This record gives sequence, structure tokens and C-alpha cells, in this order.
Amino acid sequence: MNENARRVISVIVVNEASVLSRVTDLFSGRGYNITSLTVAPIPDSKYSRLTIVTSGSVRVMEQITKQLHKLIPVLRVYEHEDMVEKEMAMIKFPITENLSDINTLCEAYNGKIVNVGDNIVIAMVADEPKRIDNFLCAVKRYNPKEIVRSGAVALER
Amino acid sequence: MQISGAQMVIEALIAEGVDTVFGYPGGAIMNVYDEIYKQDKFQHILNRHEQAAVHAAEGYAKASGKVGVAMITSGPGFTNAVTGLADAYMDSIPLVVISGQVPMTLIGTDAFQEIDAVGISRSCTKHNYLVTDAKDLPRILKEAFYIAASGRPGPVHVDIPKDVTAQIAEFNYDIDVDLETYKPHVKGNPRQIKKAIEAIAASKRPIFYLGGGIINANAAYEVRDLVHKTGIPAVETFMARGTLSHDDDLLIGMLGMHGSYAANMAMSETDMIIALGARFDDRVTGKLSEFAKNAEVVHVDIDPASISKLVNADYPIVGDVKNVVLNMLAQADKIDADKYESWRETINNFDELHPLTYHEDSERLKPQWVIQRVGQILGDDANISTDVGQHQMWTAQFYPFSRPRQFISSGGLGTMGFGFPAAIGVRAASPEKVSINFTGDGSILMNCQELMTAVEKKLPVINIILNNNFLGMVRQWQTLFYDKRHSETDLSVQPDFVKLSEAFGGIGYRVSTKEEFDAALKDAVEKGVVAFIEVLVERFENVMPMVPAGGSLFNMMLLEKKESK
Repeated sequence: MNENARRVISVIVVNEASVLSRVTDLFSGRGYNITSLTVAPIPDSKYSRLTIVTSGSVRVMEQITKQLHKLIPVLRVYEHEDMVEKEMAMIKFPITENLSDINTLCEAYNGKIVNVGDNIVIAMVADEPKRIDNFLCAVKRYNPKEIVRSGAVALER
Repeated sequence: MQISGAQMVIEALIAEGVDTVFGYPGGAIMNVYDEIYKQDKFQHILNRHEQAAVHAAEGYAKASGKVGVAMITSGPGFTNAVTGLADAYMDSIPLVVISGQVPMTLIGTDAFQEIDAVGISRSCTKHNYLVTDAKDLPRILKEAFYIAASGRPGPVHVDIPKDVTAQIAEFNYDIDVDLETYKPHVKGNPRQIKKAIEAIAASKRPIFYLGGGIINANAAYEVRDLVHKTGIPAVETFMARGTLSHDDDLLIGMLGMHGSYAANMAMSETDMIIALGARFDDRVTGKLSEFAKNAEVVHVDIDPASISKLVNADYPIVGDVKNVVLNMLAQADKIDADKYESWRETINNFDELHPLTYHEDSERLKPQWVIQRVGQILGDDANISTDVGQHQMWTAQFYPFSRPRQFISSGGLGTMGFGFPAAIGVRAASPEKVSINFTGDGSILMNCQELMTAVEKKLPVINIILNNNFLGMVRQWQTLFYDKRHSETDLSVQPDFVKLSEAFGGIGYRVSTKEEFDAALKDAVEKGVVAFIEVLVERFENVMPMVPAGGSLFNMMLLEKKESK
């Protein structure tokens, strides 16, 4: 694996105060990188699941995994090899743009226009992070006013 | 039973078998101190600074093998304690540090003496808690002691708001710790251990690389058995001093930056490193790419994150050193001790070529002589603490340690000011031994207020100040690597150390000859009171051998050859 390969890790933690800080402090304190971080409770349990996109060499990844394991509220750490990974983006366009083009484009990326206002429309897509990159590139010509992008979520196949 | 949060703290400490608490009261922790006043089950030692309270608890824990306890207040009380927490974290010392916090109703309002204590301590503790309801206190305190002492030990911080210490709730301490997410792996994989034994048996020049984890795991005597049964020579890290007795034929010495020539050369020429509770610290390995290039590595550690962190382990074994060593001992007959005769001879030759020594070529006393002399006079009868600097390295090199837990020093963090308060804790834990603290003229001033603690509690620590009027170790580096530009390390302006000790009610000696030193030490031991023995030592003595930072272990700067003693 090259020095800065992109990696996705899922961390299952006990839902308790400051658990998120423990995880992020570990990354910042040891000089590891976080590209994105998504966190939400796991339904019907006392746990939350964090999906962390990071990068590093094999040695760095091993340390990240082991150090995460050492945190007391961490139940499990998965380093994903073969996964389904999705990310979401919402984009605000002027209503004067070609809305049917925008909608068609969104549909190609698992999305659609989700809100129409007096002056703007908001579209949303959910797809693989790489494809979200492509989508955001493709919609540039429709003068997007604002873009918000979520972190990734992943499940092992 | 229904009791207050403050009473719960006391009851939990008693139930944990705590006999000594170090600390310093203040506004936010007053409810707990009020309960301390009312009880007589444990003693409280009032340190004169919160940092010293935590260091004292560290010294107590290191000497006794029990969990050390310190108690402090919120805000500045807590921030003062942070250095102690960080020190304990780096050296894997089991501590429970309890701090007061402003009432829940005031948290987040920038209240008087408020600080985000758990936010600050997160990166320098094994775990921490902010208690928001008294009903959680029994569970949290029980978990705190369990986490501190189990697995790779470390400090646990419990922050308790003042209104929680006043809150009344049900107290039941007869509970089991049930942490689904924390299950230290203590046993060691038997198949992996078997493979390691086979690999060791096949090696030609094996070395035991003994680390501080052995002391933490109370495994020193089992390790001694394993070393003797296999006939494999051993090097010790700074933190492992005393694992083997100084007069053990198989002990090569300390390795690393200030390790002996023989130890470092043996490490460089070995084909099999058996690392027990050691973590390949940069002060030990020197330049990683040049470290033990031809060796396979068996690495035993309770902390999986320490294995293959810096040096790849061919035989990784996660487990408690004691368990693993006992398992290894059972199979040790597969290893033929006679086979290593010539390897042992090679190592002896290294030692004869460049023995660990010094030259007595100065009019002033040599610091190494002072340390050796204390060893000759007190030997096993003393527990030895140190501060941080040249004196610390000379102590690790020259004191004849004969047992585990005899040597207490700040390894990982290198905290100046550690020695004196730690020695107070050591003496509290082990009153039958003389408590010696080797310190420097720089280090001693960082926690000299502890004279008051030691005098008040009649904990007769003898501080031997090796005074070279320098911040010695920094001066050494400046001499060697900064063209002798001794920037801000000349400590010629100093207090009168004798009067300083006397001002607090201790005794003081200033000595400059061997005879004076012997007389002062004898007198201080006999009087059994807190003492400063200021020894005027050679100003420009360097700690040798030395591996320059980032250099290779086998490229040591050595003592120039002269007629030596």
C-alpha cells in the first residue's frame, strides 16, 4: 500500500459523554489525518458507529487501529477492505438554471431535486465518494451557490 | 445505604485497601476533605504542590506495586497536577487521581477555578470520568481502580463536581466491574509462545531485552529464572533496572543512549531479541534503520499497540509478561544453555574492551563515585529515586541495584522535579528502607517545597544533590553539539542548600571530600530526618558512553582511555 492510501475505518463505541473527543483527540494527538467523520447511534443499542476516512501507510493504519482499540469505550474497530461506501451532497442552484438538466444529472447519481424555493432549488445526491467528486465537477456549469457534503458511511460486503 | 458523594469517595478508598492518599485541598474538593477529617482508616499526606502530590502517589505506586491515589481541587489545582498525570501515563504507573470540579450548575460558565479538567487530562490518562450524578460514583470509582491496575497500567482521572460530592444517593460497592469494551488480553497465545521458544532455541546469539513492563507485572523473579535456565545474556532498559541483580553474570548492563558498550554492542550483534515488556523507545534503539539489523524479534507486551510499532516483531505475543514467562519457563529445557558459551564470551570481551567506568582525574568529587559509594554503604537497604538529568543516568549506570522496585525514576516524560516528591511516596510505602533521592542543582529547585511535606510527615528522604552548578545534561549537549555555547545552563547563582533544608526543619550538609561525604551520609541515615547533602562535584563531567540522538547504537562516544578506577 502506498504511503498515503485512502482507508475507511468503522469504530463502534459506547454512547457516552466525550467519546467522540476521545477518538478525534487520538487522531490529532498522534498526528493522524481525518478526511471525514460520520457518527450516529446504532438503532436499538447503547452503541454509536463512527465511519472515519483517513490515510496512511500500512504501519500507520495498524497503529491507528490498535490505538483506537485501546480507548476504553471502543468496542470494535473494522478496517474495511471490501465495502459499500456512500456519501451525500446537497447543492443549491439558482432557479433560473436548467432544472430538468439538473434533475436528470442528479438521477444519474442517486439523487433528485428535493426543495424548490422562490429563487433557488436544492438538489441532493448519495453515491460513492469518487462519483460525488465527479458529480460536483459536472454541475459546475449550473452555477451552484452552495455545496454541502457529508462524510462517508460504509458497510462491509 | 444512602450517603453523600463525598462519603462514597472515602468508603470506596477504604474498600480498595488504600492506606495513603496524597493531596492538596481546595474549594471544589472540600466536601471530600471534610470526610477525610472524620475518618482514621487511611493517612492523608499534605504535599505542598499538586504536581508533587501526583509524583508522590507515583513513587508510592512504584515502590508498593499498589494503585497510588492523589486528591486535588479544580482549576489551578488540577492544571498543576497535569505534569504528574502525563508522567504516570508515559511510565504506565497505576494511579487514581480524584479532582474536585465546580458545581454542575456552574460548569461551562467560566466560573471561579473552573477548567475543563477531563478535556485536558484526556490525552495524558488511560481513561477519565466526569461524574454527573452521585449514583454513578461507586461504579466509576470501582472501574477507575480496575482500569488503572489492569492491562497496561496507567493513571485514571475522576473529576467530581462539588454538588455531586454533596448529593445523597445509594452506595453499594459490592459490584463487579463489567466493561464490555475493555478486556485486556493477559494470557499470551500458547502456539505463538511455542513457536518463539523454537526460534530462540535455533538462534546463535540471543539476547533478552528486559523492559519496565516486567517490574509492572511483578515478573522480575520469573524472568530471573528464565534467564538462568536458558543461559541467555540480558540487557535492561532504564525502566527495568533491578530486574536482574547487579552481580548477575548474565546481566550485560543497561542499553541505549547511555547504555554500556557491551550492552549496545550485544544488541547490535544479536540474531534474536527476546523483548519482554519493553517498547523499543527511541532512547533505546538509536537510529532505527541500524538497530539490530540481523536479529529476529520475539516481542512480549500486554499492549498490542506497542508491538511492531517501531521494530517489526517476528513473534508477537500479546499478554501479561508474568504469564508468558511462566509458559516459556515450562518449555525452557528446549533451549541449550551450553550452546551460548562462546556468545557469552564475546559479550564479556566487549565489556573488558570498554568497561563502564570513569576517571578520577579531578580535584572535585566525581558524581559517579558518590553514587557508587552510596551503593557500597547502603546497597539493598535503600530505595533509590532520581530527578532528571546527568545524575539520573549516572545512577542508572552505577548504582548496584539488586531488586525490582528499588529504582524509581521518571523515564518516558523525563520530569525534572519528580525525584523528591516520588521519594516521599516511596518512603511512605516502604518505611523499612532508607529513601535516597539523587538529584541535581537544577532539578531539586523544581519541587523543593516538598521539604515541608517530608518534615511534617516525618518521611526522612535523603536528597543527595550532585551540584555541578550546571543544568548538566543540557550543558553536556551544548558542549558536544553546540560548540560549547552554554546558553542559560550555568547555574552559578544558587541558594544556600544547607540553609534551605534547615529553613524547613530538615538538616543540611555541604561536602567536597570523600571523607566528608561518608560522614554526612552516615549522620543523615542515623538521625533519620529529612536531609539535603549537597556534594560539590566536577562541573564538566559528561555521561559516557553516549549515542548521539539519532545515531546508531554501535557508534558510541566512549570515555577516553586513561588509567581508570
